Amino acid sequence: MSSETKQILTTDGIPLEVSLKKAEKKNKIRAFLLVAPLLLFLFITYVFPIGEMFTRSVDDKMITNMLPKTFQAMEKWDGKELPSEEVFAGFYSDYKVLIENQTQGKLGQRLNKEKNGFNSITKKLMRQIKRNKIDENQSIKEQIMKVHKRWRDVEYWQAIKRTAPPYTMAKYLKGMDMYFAADGSIAQVDEDRRIHRILWLRTLEIALFVTIFCFLMGYPIAHLLATLPMKYSNLLMICVLLPFWTSLLVRTASWMILLQQQGVVNDFFVMIGIVADDNRPEMMYNKVGTYVAMTQILLPFMVLPLYSVMKTISPSLMRAGKSLGGTPFVAFWKVYFPLTIPGIGAGCLLVFILAIGYYITPALVGGASGTLISNQIAYHMKTTLDWSFASAMGLMLLSGVLVIYWIYNKLVGVDNIKLG
Amino acid sequence: MSKNPEFVKFDKVDKSYDGKVLVVKDLQLDIAEGEFITMLGPSGSGKTTCLMMLAGFETPTNGEILLDGNIISNIPPHKRGIGMVFQNYALFPHMTVYENLAFPLRVRKIEKDEIDKKVDKALSMVSLNGFETRMPGQLSGGQQQRVAVARALVFDPAVVLMDEPLGALDKNLRESMQYEIKHIHESIGVTVVYVTHDQSEALTMSNRIAVFNDGKVQQLSNPAELYEKPVNSFVAEFIGENNTFNGEVSDISGDKCKVKLSNAEILSNAISVKSKGEKTTVSLRPERALIEPSEKMDNMFSGKIEEVIYHGDHTRVRVNLLGNPEFILKVPNSTSNLELKVSQEIKIGWNSYDARALDPK
Repeated sequence: MSSETKQILTTDGIPLEVSLKKAEKKNKIRAFLLVAPLLLFLFITYVFPIGEMFTRSVDDKMITNMLPKTFQAMEKWDGKELPSEEVFAGFYSDYKVLIENQTQGKLGQRLNKEKNGFNSITKKLMRQIKRNKIDENQSIKEQIMKVHKRWRDVEYWQAIKRTAPPYTMAKYLKGMDMYFAADGSIAQVDEDRRIHRILWLRTLEIALFVTIFCFLMGYPIAHLLATLPMKYSNLLMICVLLPFWTSLLVRTASWMILLQQQGVVNDFFVMIGIVADDNRPEMMYNKVGTYVAMTQILLPFMVLPLYSVMKTISPSLMRAGKSLGGTPFVAFWKVYFPLTIPGIGAGCLLVFILAIGYYITPALVGGASGTLISNQIAYHMKTTLDWSFASAMGLMLLSGVLVIYWIYNKLVGVDNIKLG
Repeated sequence: MSKNPEFVKFDKVDKSYDGKVLVVKDLQLDIAEGEFITMLGPSGSGKTTCLMMLAGFETPTNGEILLDGNIISNIPPHKRGIGMVFQNYALFPHMTVYENLAFPLRVRKIEKDEIDKKVDKALSMVSLNGFETRMPGQLSGGQQQRVAVARALVFDPAVVLMDEPLGALDKNLRESMQYEIKHIHESIGVTVVYVTHDQSEALTMSNRIAVFNDGKVQQLSNPAELYEKPVNSFVAEFIGENNTFNGEVSDISGDKCKVKLSNAEILSNAISVKSKGEKTTVSLRPERALIEPSEKMDNMFSGKIEEVIYHGDHTRVRVNLLGNPEFILKVPNSTSNLELKVSQEIKIGWNSYDARALDPK
């Protein structure tokens, strides 16, 4: 009976595996149905928007749809000399349709982004077409070339051809201060216009320092929380959590009250004589403000994982370390600290990821030098309405976070994270 | 053999945590070099506090602790050179067995070769060679316990403290570990201060036992004396089983006395009674009372069997004797040709020198 090759049967003679599957089937279906709403919710609120963001960020179908005949004719064009009569004719008929639909303005704007000077020459062409100055029985190419000398410039036709593909990575390049040059190669933006790279680096820098500050401040607090007698630790826990429960805006606003030049902190410095009254340091609308406010706001995210890990470390381990001859420092460094690494990892990862995408606080107290990439994303969402660029930067931020997570997993191991 | 009889000395030590209650009261205790001494007592009796004061994790509120003639009250724990085995082992979970054992040697800046040698020796002492690279989490409770013992001994401390080290083990393992620790102690001659609330553990292992109750040492003596000659009714009650009679001394001459119960008078050793009329509790070990004794005994009474419980190697018989319905007799099963039945009347006898008239309960 114990032979391994022999199929095990139940008392009713059904193979055991089949019977087991049958018995578990109901439970599996029930379990799936229980999580199904959540799965659906996750899909609708997470997977779908991210997919939507991605398509939006690479989408470039507008011109593709506006100039179908032009691009069809351009397929044969080598792109080195002026295109043939067919291309001009295609462009003319496409453009006429646009004028009828009154959407020709969008084309001009969009092409102007690709190459400066398009706006005026498309408008000029429109006026010629509206006045019926173009004779469709003669060479369209000659007539368009006469409208403006730029229509005779091959670079403008090359620019139109570049907009042909329905998808483009241009927004991602723009996010890194790069663009497609006229010949299709990737070029750098002029040095004095490279704002995004500065923002990315600043975002990383601020997130890193905020994480370090949170760690330096959170570690002793968490240690106290874990070791104090219950009645004091509860009080301290409330002190940690109270700001956590307060509205983010309220907390940021109170930092504004504290940090402004006529604010409480500066008043105090003047009162104790550290700074002169007419020389109050600026602690807000710069990096200092962002550091201070973000560190305070993100501190609970460091304290809580650390606390939950420290709580599980038996106090007898430190005692053992000391009784075996380790000085209090050695016992801490060799015994206690290594055991808190899972909490440090969890806390730092949490704070860093939250900090890297932080928005409200830097927007309010950051000023010009303290804003982060997320403020730039919001700017494009709300002000320039360049949603595809905002999506591209959002996705770059997301992939940055994933890369950090991956590196962390390689270094520390995600299994070692303890959140509680 | 010039062993210091006062190697560890508690000199009039008091300890209070809150300034209101003394958990240790006027403790006077000398521990000889190489001795295995056990602090035994119910929980909350102050025994662990004494151990923590010796290890340096608690400071005496009053009085001094001396180690080899030196006052150590102001020496921090890491400079005392006292090994300690904790209740939950306190092995460092992120270090291998080797690293755990090497820890006390590394902090003492001992050469690598020497560390290897000492770790190897300590591991062979607890027969765990070959486990160097294991993590504590991969060991069974008994193995972790041995590692903890080896770690406390590896740096050759003068004194090793053990705080209920076997509490978490199951019964069989606990018994074999008791012998193992006892043998290690005998072979290396280190001074051991052992804390437990398990009396059989204390009786098995120790040279001397200090019975703690209410912050005071009730009795300090070797296991046999502790069992046979308890000095007060707490010790008699706490160590082993005990039959008691509460009464009043009616006559006393020398070390003998007569104790008047409600319905009879019994003869007993006078231990903590001095004069006639004193209240007293007479204590008698169950195995010292015999059923239908063949020889003459100076206490002979008859009682009714209330309950017979079979215990394998012996039978426990509960008898209502002299107004005490909880009188227990232990009858070895080899000789139990006596047909003991519930509600049977039997004669029970014991010698007065086995009975001890102690302080009243």
